[in-house]
Amino acid sequence: MTGEVCVVAETLRGEVTELTYTMLAAGRQLANGLKTRLSAFLIGHQVERMTASLGAADRVVCVDDPALVEFNPQAYLHVVAEIFGRHTPRVGLFGHTATGTDIACGVAQRLGAPIAVSCRTFTTEGGEPHYSSLICGGKIIAEGPLPGPCCIATVMTGGYKAEQGKVVKAAPVESLPAPEGLDALRTRFKRYIEPPAGDVDITKQAIIVSVGRGIQNKDNLAMAEELAKALGGVVSGSRPVIDQGWLPTTRLVGKSGKQVKPKVYLALGISGAPEHAEGMRDAEMIVAINRDEKAPIYGFAHVGAAVDVLEFVPVLTDKIKHIHCA
Amino acid sequence: MSVMTSHEFLDKVIRATPDGEHIRRCLQCGTCSGVCPYGFAMDHPPRSLIAALRADDWQGVLESDTIWLCVSCFACASVCPVQIPLTRGLLSALKTEMLVGGSIPPELQTALGNSRRYGNPMGESPRKRADWAKDFTIPVPVLANHKDPVDVLWFVGDYGSYHPRVQSVSKAMAKVLHALHVTFGILGPEENSDGDTQAFTGEWGLFELLARKNIKAMTKYSFREIITGDPHAFNALKHEYPRLGFDRPVRHYTQFLFERIDQLRRLFKNPLSMRVTYHDPCYLGRANENNIYEEPRRLIEAIPGVELVEMSHNRALSLCCGGGGGGMWLDGFSWEKAHARTTEWRIKEAIAVGADVLAVACSYETPRFEDAVKSTGNEGKLMVRDIAELLAEALFG
Amino acid sequence: MDIIVLVKFVPDLVEDLEIDAQSGLLDRSFLRLIPNELDEHALEEALLLKERHGGTVTVITVDTGDVDESLYTAAAKGVDRLIKITGEGFDQGVTNQALAVIFQSVMGDMAFDLILTGTQAVDDLDGFVGAMLAERMGLPYVGYVTRVEAENGTMVARKEYPGGLNADIEVRQPAVLGIQAAEKPPRYVVTSKVMEAMRSATIDEIEAPETPIGGSLPVSRMSVPETGAHAEMIEGTLEQIAEAVANRLREQGILA
Repeated sequence: MTGEVCVVAETLRGEVTELTYTMLAAGRQLANGLKTRLSAFLIGHQVERMTASLGAADRVVCVDDPALVEFNPQAYLHVVAEIFGRHTPRVGLFGHTATGTDIACGVAQRLGAPIAVSCRTFTTEGGEPHYSSLICGGKIIAEGPLPGPCCIATVMTGGYKAEQGKVVKAAPVESLPAPEGLDALRTRFKRYIEPPAGDVDITKQAIIVSVGRGIQNKDNLAMAEELAKALGGVVSGSRPVIDQGWLPTTRLVGKSGKQVKPKVYLALGISGAPEHAEGMRDAEMIVAINRDEKAPIYGFAHVGAAVDVLEFVPVLTDKIKHIHCA
Repeated sequence: MSVMTSHEFLDKVIRATPDGEHIRRCLQCGTCSGVCPYGFAMDHPPRSLIAALRADDWQGVLESDTIWLCVSCFACASVCPVQIPLTRGLLSALKTEMLVGGSIPPELQTALGNSRRYGNPMGESPRKRADWAKDFTIPVPVLANHKDPVDVLWFVGDYGSYHPRVQSVSKAMAKVLHALHVTFGILGPEENSDGDTQAFTGEWGLFELLARKNIKAMTKYSFREIITGDPHAFNALKHEYPRLGFDRPVRHYTQFLFERIDQLRRLFKNPLSMRVTYHDPCYLGRANENNIYEEPRRLIEAIPGVELVEMSHNRALSLCCGGGGGGMWLDGFSWEKAHARTTEWRIKEAIAVGADVLAVACSYETPRFEDAVKSTGNEGKLMVRDIAELLAEALFG
Repeated sequence: MDIIVLVKFVPDLVEDLEIDAQSGLLDRSFLRLIPNELDEHALEEALLLKERHGGTVTVITVDTGDVDESLYTAAAKGVDRLIKITGEGFDQGVTNQALAVIFQSVMGDMAFDLILTGTQAVDDLDGFVGAMLAERMGLPYVGYVTRVEAENGTMVARKEYPGGLNADIEVRQPAVLGIQAAEKPPRYVVTSKVMEAMRSATIDEIEAPETPIGGSLPVSRMSVPETGAHAEMIEGTLEQIAEAVANRLREQGILA
């Protein structure tokens, strides 16, 4: 692993997550550019069956221990930091997620390595790896080199297709023993709290009308519901809307919510920040209504109109209703 | 929870409000609760609030959140037989105590937080406050870039600056002023919310902060008087800013234009065949007894072709549009509590008198009444226009 | 329970972000700086914990310019101690790596049970402050926390996973927690109380010690993404736009 590109695989409840494949695609590009190998690093318990999906890597390195069966921040950080300390990769890739970011920064700090977060794409220039990150709500691209001898990066979706990281091939698997000290930690996984059941599963909907801060208040949600009803779809929302309690968490689209791929995604008053984009950019058709013509969402929406949401939605709803009646 | 007693709260209100001691004369006649637009949905409409305080039920009062239904329309204060300053004194003071105790509907919190941070309740960039006038056919000078003295400092207001519907009203106003050869300027990015509505949500501290910023800007420039299209700004500039040391002549634009009505008559080109009814804004009329009722009507009647008709609740009895006292930012809250929109009652009155146009003279009203035209299913039957827009149409077409 | 809340100031995205032609980085003269929204949540969570368990809350921030009003607002909300760290060049911006070093240097002698800070901020590039600080101080770290509770002598942090899933993680203090959202939205504090705080509260000023900041991430350039480059923008009246959108929906097979 030393001097190589290493992807720290993301798992949740015994499954490799989609983001891991994006990371493998990114990792492969980097490894090729740096003329080195790509390793996947898998931590958990009873992980053998997960190794098969990591074929995009040249090999899979595992640390398997009962103490690692569920994500435990200190435990995982300890394992990665120990292993990376002994076999320091040139670039260590982590998922930009609740689990990846918890440990990536600590690992970087322990190795004395710089870390770049929110990376979407990588390149190599003159044999050196470079990052490109989307920050400030998707309004700014920051780019630069990832200096040696080791640099850590957290990876967001959007820069590579997960498909590119899904290779059906058995990569050689190596096991490393878990480091000492896993029993003397100060964090402990206690239990999962399942999401509330009973609400609509927005991931299974073909038509989604989604509202963001631009809807301004709970009262205006009714106009979105009406439009959704007229179209035969459901309403979802971005983070600010859910945080205000206008919609339940089951309707949250984005990094901390659901990933949706409907036929049509109508984004009303949504700016299109990366955390939200992550949840919906693969929709077949994205229609964005946002007064701000510089809103990041227009960078990946298919159709847009820079008009006031509160003025436009009733007009559109009317039109849809007329078509249905005609 | 508050450490105050009912007694202490009443004392505080009495000391802080002109004519505050009238509270002690309350007859419990209930006229205030009767005229209150949302009285039916409140736990403690004004009469009941005074009764509760006399019965030392301060905690009970604080436990209810229906005070946020109060739209500060001054209906109660204007009918009280013993002239208790209900709106300015008692009701806004109760709201203040609610805020101090941490009780505030989230939408209102957003509007107040935005007012503090950005100088407008919408949370728009203050740098863009004059963008509505950029590239407009009529030059709208921003005073910071225009050092010459002007006749009129035009205080545009939050909605006139940022709300797309009300920006049209601002543009119409600019056209009218230009036609009359009035030299004017606006504060643009230096303008903050007038603070009046924020004051009536109980946030007198925020009002003062905003007012001082406006005063600092206005005192830099040379002008004869201030005019505004926003009765809330008018009310603040006339009655509250002098307390803070700023006392300059201020008029609502209808007063200013009424003085020039003959000049306007000569300039009208297009007759408008319309049956127009006029909605008296609370803050132009009964609030603080501003009593500006006739000038707007004379302006409307001056337009050739226009027939003016009156709705049943006119002048001092006008039905509030529900935008004051924070109502503009609490529509979701009000709907949940009351399941009624005051704007809809007004639209129905306008339809009942056979009006084609509901004329307004307040920045809150155009969007609020247009929403109600739609929600009552009267689209196409009734138009909502600010008087400035009617005048501009008659002048230019 | 003694809690320290770390606050950093970030560009307000309400304003346009411009790139400085010379440096190729964010033009800071254009920026409005506001407290990181998630740090405000961290503060709210700290105040809720204080209300439940007693103790003190200290807010520490780095003086990137105009931070006083936010500190006084925190005092008005019930914060016991306000600390502002001053240093040369801070008004030009401070990286997260530097913040971790600076915060650590100042907290060295302080006693605390918990350090709360926002999990992340809009301008994060070179890591997350809380996570890096925790490692420097040898403290456990859990991020994406949406509530903190005390259960049988330890802290339990509710951690947010995608899709509405949460997990409770037991944490033995002292620890650093990255807050994603407080249990309640940050409270409003009435302006008169803030004015009062401006008169009565004091802000302790500490000068940042000279500490070398290693491991920095180089940024060669910043740019504004090409927006609107992909979306087909429809213009016209609302009616016309609605017509066009309806047509596109029809093409997508949504409408008859």
